[in-house]
Amino acid sequence: MSTTEYERVPETASLADDPGLPERLRVLWENRPGLYGWIASVDHKSIGIRYLVTSFVFLLLGGLEALLMRIQLGQPGEHVLTPEQYNQLFSMHGITMIFLYALPVLSGFSNFLFPLVLGARDMAFPRLNAFSYWTYIAAGLFMYSSFLLGAAPDDGWFNYAPNSLKAFSPGPNMDFYALGMIFLGISTMVGAANFVVTVLRMRAPGMSINRLPILVWGTTAASAGILLSVPAVSLAFFMLWLDRNFGTHFFNASADGLPLLWQHLFWIFAHPWVYIIVLPAMGLVSDALPILCRRPLVGYTLVVLATVLTMVLGFGVWVHHMFATGLPLVASSFFSGASFIIAIPSAVATFAWIATIWTGRPVLTTAFLYFAGFIVMFVVGGVSGVVTAAVPADLQLTDTYFVVAHIHYVLIGINLFGVLGALYFWFPKFTGRMLGERLGRWNFWITFIGFNVAFLPMHLTGLMGMPRRVYTYPEDLGLGAVNLISSVGSFLLAIGLLLFLVNVALSLRKGARAPDNPWDAPTLEWATTSPPPPYNFALIPLIASRHPLWEDRLQEGSGRSVLDRGFTLDHGKEALATTVLDAEPDVILKMPADTVTPFVLTVMLSAAFTALLVQSWWMLALAGMLILACIVAWLWPKRHLLQIAAAGHG
Amino acid sequence: MTGGGPLPLGLFATAGAGAGQISPLLWGLIWLSVVIAVLIALAVVVGIAIRARRERDPKLVPVSRSGNGLPLIYGGVGLSILILLALTGWTVTVIAGIAKPSAPAAFSVDVSARQWWWAFHYDDPDSGKAFTTANELHIPVGQAVAFNLTSPDVIHSFWVPALGGKTDVIPGQTNTMWLEADKAGVYRGQCSEYCGQQHANMALYVVAEPAAQYASWRTVQAAPAKPPVTAQTEAGLADFIGRCGNCHTVRGTPARGDKGPDLTHLMSRSTIAAGLLDNAPGNLAGWIAHPQGLKPGSLMPDIALSGPEFEAILAYVETLK
Repeated sequence: MSTTEYERVPETASLADDPGLPERLRVLWENRPGLYGWIASVDHKSIGIRYLVTSFVFLLLGGLEALLMRIQLGQPGEHVLTPEQYNQLFSMHGITMIFLYALPVLSGFSNFLFPLVLGARDMAFPRLNAFSYWTYIAAGLFMYSSFLLGAAPDDGWFNYAPNSLKAFSPGPNMDFYALGMIFLGISTMVGAANFVVTVLRMRAPGMSINRLPILVWGTTAASAGILLSVPAVSLAFFMLWLDRNFGTHFFNASADGLPLLWQHLFWIFAHPWVYIIVLPAMGLVSDALPILCRRPLVGYTLVVLATVLTMVLGFGVWVHHMFATGLPLVASSFFSGASFIIAIPSAVATFAWIATIWTGRPVLTTAFLYFAGFIVMFVVGGVSGVVTAAVPADLQLTDTYFVVAHIHYVLIGINLFGVLGALYFWFPKFTGRMLGERLGRWNFWITFIGFNVAFLPMHLTGLMGMPRRVYTYPEDLGLGAVNLISSVGSFLLAIGLLLFLVNVALSLRKGARAPDNPWDAPTLEWATTSPPPPYNFALIPLIASRHPLWEDRLQEGSGRSVLDRGFTLDHGKEALATTVLDAEPDVILKMPADTVTPFVLTVMLSAAFTALLVQSWWMLALAGMLILACIVAWLWPKRHLLQIAAAGHG
Repeated sequence: MTGGGPLPLGLFATAGAGAGQISPLLWGLIWLSVVIAVLIALAVVVGIAIRARRERDPKLVPVSRSGNGLPLIYGGVGLSILILLALTGWTVTVIAGIAKPSAPAAFSVDVSARQWWWAFHYDDPDSGKAFTTANELHIPVGQAVAFNLTSPDVIHSFWVPALGGKTDVIPGQTNTMWLEADKAGVYRGQCSEYCGQQHANMALYVVAEPAAQYASWRTVQAAPAKPPVTAQTEAGLADFIGRCGNCHTVRGTPARGDKGPDLTHLMSRSTIAAGLLDNAPGNLAGWIAHPQGLKPGSLMPDIALSGPEFEAILAYVETLK
């Protein structure tokens, strides 16, 4: 194969010219059958669905943990759980929801949708994509295996030192968490790099950056945030692991270490993380809501700028988690101001959604109900965030249930409600079946009411002074009634989510067949079949506007997107790379075939992390050698992938 | 004993200068938040009510770039910016106000927060008048008191909501804060930073009392324990020294341990085990017999005592008024 193969001007055709093209592409792109094919798949759609399903399993586990806690807290002085059990449950609840559900579920959407909305055949690095998924589930299982030893992490997801050091936590609990987070960080980092490169290089010709759907902006901003923030927390957990096992004293005050160093390293990661796990969800809503309002989003450019600005400002507010730590008041004032300012881009998005409803013609599908609920809860979570941004108010409210209410309005209101609405919206594309609307309405209302019954009173619980992370409370604090209401609400919320799962199960078997474009939507994923074929698009589309499927009706610009005629790219598994800003065709990419290497590498990495956990150095050496062998196999030059040089512009 | 009415930790009523300055800002923000959330919810609901179509199928509703929504964004965001700037100004003003008490603190108390109780050391130039007590602070009404906060183990947070905001207690550094009670009363405080297994049961009480009463409390606390007078309490003291004295101090006796609370005037305190139990004879007996049942994970072990030993120790401890 010569370099000219990559420099050639690709053949252009329409399906009328070349009716055999879809079948030829299917043979090239389809997963192999059987277990091997399942493990070896690098198809972004399979990986996206796996992310979604796995993250929902973790959502259910985290939910079960929450229900146990709500039983314990339903009455003052309950004895359902021991203090140690409670502390492990609240820690794993946070770890599960924040790390194993909230980002991975959005990675599921982004994995499935990125190539489709960009008009590409796959992600930039399909094998890395598979690797990102396998390491995610492996790290999740690694952390959850701590339950088998009765030694789950018990210092909260924030894991403050020195309580996490060996002197106060002699068991393996914290080692599971520290190593598990470093492991999970690998998954998160490679996934983020893949999204960024995919956005920069895999867009269909003509899809300049001002034509990107907002979900692409949200995920890209979040991915950039991941690349900058996750190293801080991986480092922090590594230092913690050294402190615990090898006698370093980064956080050990009794040897002149600094407990506050942990908090800085943790929050400079974890505050951006909050935006990382909401921006992609906000992007999903910003794209889907206008479609159900039958108009383009009002203020596209403002919303894009707000998205990017939120991520940037998100790196400047971490100290608002530390107002009570005795920092100088001048420093606190600065971070207080920054925390007020970050509400401005959120206001932009909120008013853009409201303006879209007011100037559109809303169609009240279940997805729309979720998005409308999302807006209201986004605002509740936002204003309670502004309350705690004020240092003096925060000195009273921090570490009370007020903050528990706030974080759940942010994470359930923005992430989970956005996700559920988006699932109603994109389920037809994912599965080829419509998700039942009648059950959907029940599902929405029970979830919405259950959530608000559980969490709205928690603001009050906080104002009544209930501290967070307590396994019980005495009767004479007067907190019994509000806690009982929250507990009842949490079970209602659980029933709502159960109804969602029932709806999914029924719809997968008996749901109406989905047409290609059931919502009459304008973006590229709706231009292909539901579910899409393995190669996504037989013909690489040419894009002339932000709404390729609505152009004629909106009279947008003068050029028209071309979907029925385009590059065929069928000399093997091929995709097209385009230039960064203008998306002009640049080079033909040879895409990798299915491979088990990412899976095997993950298994070896799991062995290595287990070796670190039990400190078995011979096992670590063995795993290390096998890891090297896997990497060599992965990177070994393959003839069909030889990409000698970036070719001239086609 | 709870103190502070039906909601001892509630932020609805304040009784101190710091909390009093925070309260208008806190509740101003809360009510502003309620108003904004309600208005936005109304905007969404009314927008839907006015604009929504009867059709449930988007394909039946034509697409158009109708209306001009941008003024709503600019107006809404502009208003938000004005509100946020005003709030920043208000916040900074209150921060400056609570930074220091209006008059310099009358004296300071060294707070040592531990898993899972509080030691309070009242220093005095005359070392005979310095003393340490636990879990129950006394302060004079109308005077600011400064606190030096340290921890020998993990991070805790010192919080008496009726009197002021919280400050974390961090090992390796000394944080300072101040409290001032406006009126006499008993105010509950609580550790509010997760600090391990018994974080939930790490309460404290602040007793604010008129200056004279406070002065006499201080005199009583500074005095050593009275020697036992009966045969049983004499035996109890001996057993106490042997079985309890490695961890607990009773001033005036050889029991000089510092791992647990100073018990010199235990019976003057209204609760035991950091606010877990009222200091009543039955509770005290139950606590000495089986602390791990009442406060699992507590650093006070279950100690195997013979019947007579137990009775004697209990009888002695009950003399520590």
